[in-house]
Amino acid sequence: MTLHIGQSQRRENARRHLAGRGRFVSDLALPRMLHAVFVRSPMAKGRLVEIDTSEAEQSPGVVRILTAAELNARCKPWVGTLDHFAGMQSPPMSILAEEEVLWTGQPVAMIIAKSRAEAEDAADLVMVDIEDSEPVTDGAAALQDGAPLANSGARDNLCYEALLETPAVNEAFADAAHVVEASFTFGRHTAVTLEPRAVIADFDPSSGALTVHHGTQTPYQFQDVYARHFGLPEGKVRVIAPDVGGSFGMKLHVYNEEMGAVAASMILERPVRYVADRLESFLSDIHARDHIVKGRMALDAEGKILAMDVDDLAPVGAVSAYPRTSAAEGNQVIRLMGAPYNMPDYRGRLQVAFQNKVQTSQYRAVGHPIACAVTEALVERAAEVTGLDPFEIRARNLIADDAYPHVSATGYQFEKLSHQASLAKLREMMDPDALRADQARLREQGIYRGFGIASFVEITNPGAAFYGVGGARISAQDGAVVRMTPSGDIHCAISVTEQGQGTETIIAQVVADQLGVSPERVSVTTGDTATTPSGGATWACRGAGIGGETALRAGRKLRERILTLAGALLQADPATLRLEDGAVVDVATGEARITLEEIGRVATYRPDTLPDGVDHSLTVAHHFAPSGYPFDFTNGIQGSLVEVDVETGIVRILKHWVVEDCGRIINPLLVDEQIRGGVVQGLGPAFFEECQYDADGQLTNGSLADYLVPMACEMPDIEIAHIETPTEDTILGAKGVGEAGTAAAGAAAMNAVNDALRPFGARLTQTPMTPLRILDALDAARKQRTDP
Amino acid sequence: MKLPSFEYLRARSLAEAWALHSDAGGDAVYLSGGHSVVPSMALRLQAPSRLIDISQIAELHGVELQDQTLRIGAMTRHAEVLANPLIARHAPLLSRAAPHVAHPAIRNRGTIGGNLALADPASEFPAAVLAMRAELEVMGPEGQRMIAADDFFLDLYETALIPGEVLTAIHVPLPPEGRLFGFDEIARRRGDYAMVGVAAQADMSDGVVSDASVTLFSVGVAPTRATAAQDALEGAPLSSDSIARAQAALATDLDPPDDPGFPAERRLQLARVLLGRVLTRMEAVQ
Ligand SMILES: Cc1cc2nc3c(=O)[nH]c(=O)nc-3n(C[C@H](O)[C@H](O)[C@H](O)COP(=O)(O)OP(=O)(O)OC[C@H]3O[C@@H](n4cnc5c(N)ncnc54)[C@H](O)[C@@H]3O)c2cc1C
Repeated sequence: MTLHIGQSQRRENARRHLAGRGRFVSDLALPRMLHAVFVRSPMAKGRLVEIDTSEAEQSPGVVRILTAAELNARCKPWVGTLDHFAGMQSPPMSILAEEEVLWTGQPVAMIIAKSRAEAEDAADLVMVDIEDSEPVTDGAAALQDGAPLANSGARDNLCYEALLETPAVNEAFADAAHVVEASFTFGRHTAVTLEPRAVIADFDPSSGALTVHHGTQTPYQFQDVYARHFGLPEGKVRVIAPDVGGSFGMKLHVYNEEMGAVAASMILERPVRYVADRLESFLSDIHARDHIVKGRMALDAEGKILAMDVDDLAPVGAVSAYPRTSAAEGNQVIRLMGAPYNMPDYRGRLQVAFQNKVQTSQYRAVGHPIACAVTEALVERAAEVTGLDPFEIRARNLIADDAYPHVSATGYQFEKLSHQASLAKLREMMDPDALRADQARLREQGIYRGFGIASFVEITNPGAAFYGVGGARISAQDGAVVRMTPSGDIHCAISVTEQGQGTETIIAQVVADQLGVSPERVSVTTGDTATTPSGGATWACRGAGIGGETALRAGRKLRERILTLAGALLQADPATLRLEDGAVVDVATGEARITLEEIGRVATYRPDTLPDGVDHSLTVAHHFAPSGYPFDFTNGIQGSLVEVDVETGIVRILKHWVVEDCGRIINPLLVDEQIRGGVVQGLGPAFFEECQYDADGQLTNGSLADYLVPMACEMPDIEIAHIETPTEDTILGAKGVGEAGTAAAGAAAMNAVNDALRPFGARLTQTPMTPLRILDALDAARKQRTDP
Repeated sequence: MKLPSFEYLRARSLAEAWALHSDAGGDAVYLSGGHSVVPSMALRLQAPSRLIDISQIAELHGVELQDQTLRIGAMTRHAEVLANPLIARHAPLLSRAAPHVAHPAIRNRGTIGGNLALADPASEFPAAVLAMRAELEVMGPEGQRMIAADDFFLDLYETALIPGEVLTAIHVPLPPEGRLFGFDEIARRRGDYAMVGVAAQADMSDGVVSDASVTLFSVGVAPTRATAAQDALEGAPLSSDSIARAQAALATDLDPPDDPGFPAERRLQLARVLLGRVLTRMEAVQ
């Protein structure tokens, strides 16, 4: 029998999308549907004096203009804190600004019209009078004494603060043979999903039921949010996520606009549609990263890492995101520092600050790229001061492959990782000696190439320790209902969701193998709270590890049912039977005894022919929550080769390598594509992507003409290899892979750029590494050489 | 964002286009490829009440070899500019510029006439047309005018066209044998508007440069002729010395905008680097 787990299979829905048969929220038109547009604050900070809608109300097609008094009353305000972030504060947030505007683009009024174009015409006619005041834009300035409040609902501008410290960190630095240090600035960027945020809220007053068609990755979370914040029984709320065009964490946060659409639908008793356009996406989707990090690393004379000491300042906007907070990113930054290495001591301090910009929050690889870039840049400097090569210093410090379980200095527990094997594999793939020879030869011709590497761990398969313990109603478990149809086909309804990564495809592969059928016979339903059991859906890398295990166990439950039924029909002991190629097979002889189709026929149409007491129900349900380790860590290492034009600052990214260990690989093709996509999303902010603000808190590049996403021409070939260390916490053994590429791509690239610039003594510590920043670094180094 | 409402009319002749334009009392815009007009309306930067589609007017079509010039119809799409063998032969700076203009989907619709009429200072074609010392054929109710490229690009998005006039064609003087051409730009991503760009041509006689024409784009409000750099090249062999003099002369020729994200000094520096590279390649070809 061929197993499908471990086989490359194309995404089952790719052909449909290519054929233009996608069904996204914006493809849906409901009877009597209205369109929403928001009037937004043109200023980053100020007091709302007056909103005059009289002229706009007369504009053609306008049905209603809603302001805070009416709209906010419908919805309980939300607060983005979690209990396990002790001392964290965040003022409550409502749909529309009431007295104070807190960021450029914050919604202040909502226009409901018969078409989006008419709503936009009317939006131009709304007069908003705002008395502006000095915004808090700079994160460091926000925390200085006497700084004005970014949000007058807060005690001060400190949203959250944390300190992690081992007892001997000061001694480690005091005794160190070498200490390297540097400061880093990581820019803000944003998700830029192909499909922007989209929602159609449809409140039916006759039944009191709310249906929300919502392009989200977490439908159950939104079912819960809508029920609680709009005072509806959960059973009356249905959230349907149809096709979703990318998400990357951006589509699991609560946004003013979606809540506004629900409130408006309840007020108007009609479906209300809101689809963000690209300009609104830049102004209102969560932004990511934005960190200023100071880091130090202590080493002994042999180049062994003794300790790290880091300070992360993370400005996050005027309120913390809900329901996951805007502190989780910084929290992961300070916990992931040095994670791949044997590092006895550590101090990490985090300060999360309020400021007048749109909020930042979880985005693909939460915290990972920052921790990785800081750690790996310091390791690179350590290599320099100790005279070790980049591979050698890592070989000396990476946790040995036979030293597990291992607990990191920051308290993370690692079940089993393969850092050393990954490093060895990467060395083989990159052939650093040949690269060095090339580098030397080309330098003579004025061509400056460099390579860099970066080890990483990735947090996957999160248990309830992630959010549940903090009081968030965010599920760490998932559920599946698997049934056999009367014709012997299989259907699986499961709570993990699909945004283009192929979740449905791998679920079909896993279920197929439990039931001895081909994946083509397994159809999968996701994304609808009315037709699938509830669960965590997509966040923090869990579809394969947790969703896959849920599907596996549900599939096995159905297998037992089928075999019991077959045993009764064949008068055989079920233990002597197994499922293979769509039939029940005698284990001893391999002979097919009865097809699934025949079992389906009997169970459905002729249950009367079964012996008394035989359960003929061919539908089973199973829920699975991770237990054992709080998270399943994965690991890997990446390499980057670049060429820097030192006269123009333009970088050509020549090549990228990844060695990754995500445990059991269910679908090699999709795993590799996850890694490639992730690498591109790591290289984007390393070289191109940045949300630029001026001193007034205006986003100055909020369109795709000015905000540079990485494009195919600029991206290198990405060569991938795997080590497979399955987790023993589950039967399937799969861990996650969604964030691995993003975690270390930027770190490897920064090391590569700095390697290329080594002859000039120039060094980049800020991302994105733009041509002008590279020229500035070269000038600074030149200046230091000539007048030290 | 969605476009504000507007009236769309297709003109079948130039006379009809002018009539539709004057009817609208100045509140009309011609539509060629639409790849600048339509996005700017969608962004609500512009809200004309009437769009007059001039894409079907015969006089605007075709690439043809005439007596002294190559006539390129204003409606010639960027993709055609890229592929047309007559343009490759007689107006090679345009063929070399075309791959840098946006991406295939945009090149399939955008037109050279629309591009020149728009006069984006970061655009490739205006600088190429200027470097080739082309003439622009313009027709209005008052008749036809031929405008030298040097007199056409006036300021930021401002040309010598008077409202209602249609740019009908570009006339490129046929180059003599052996003319050297150079074109390049520095852009963050392939297909982006340039951070700076250079278009240049030069004739050589008796081993010295006899007619240098050097233009830059994305260095100010309009494509810019670098006269001091040209003078530095004129009458001398193309060599590292003369190239260095031309690079230095850019300080006189250019007065780039100074913005915090891209200081003037940096733009000048990049212009020098790029000019050096373009001229060095021309030297090598020769
Ligand atoms: C994503 C994107 C990227 C782009 N990148 C680049 C780039 O890298 N480099 C670049 O140069 N361009 C770029 N462009 C612009 C593109 O080249 C445009 O198509 C071009 O500049 C305008 O040509 P058009 O035919 O589309 O003109 P339209 O948009 O139809 O018209 C532009 C303007 O010219 C006027 N007009 C048009 N034709 C005539 C005429 N014959 N006579 C008088 N007035 C006329 C119109 O009234 C309008 O004001 C890009 C566009 C997009 C959408």
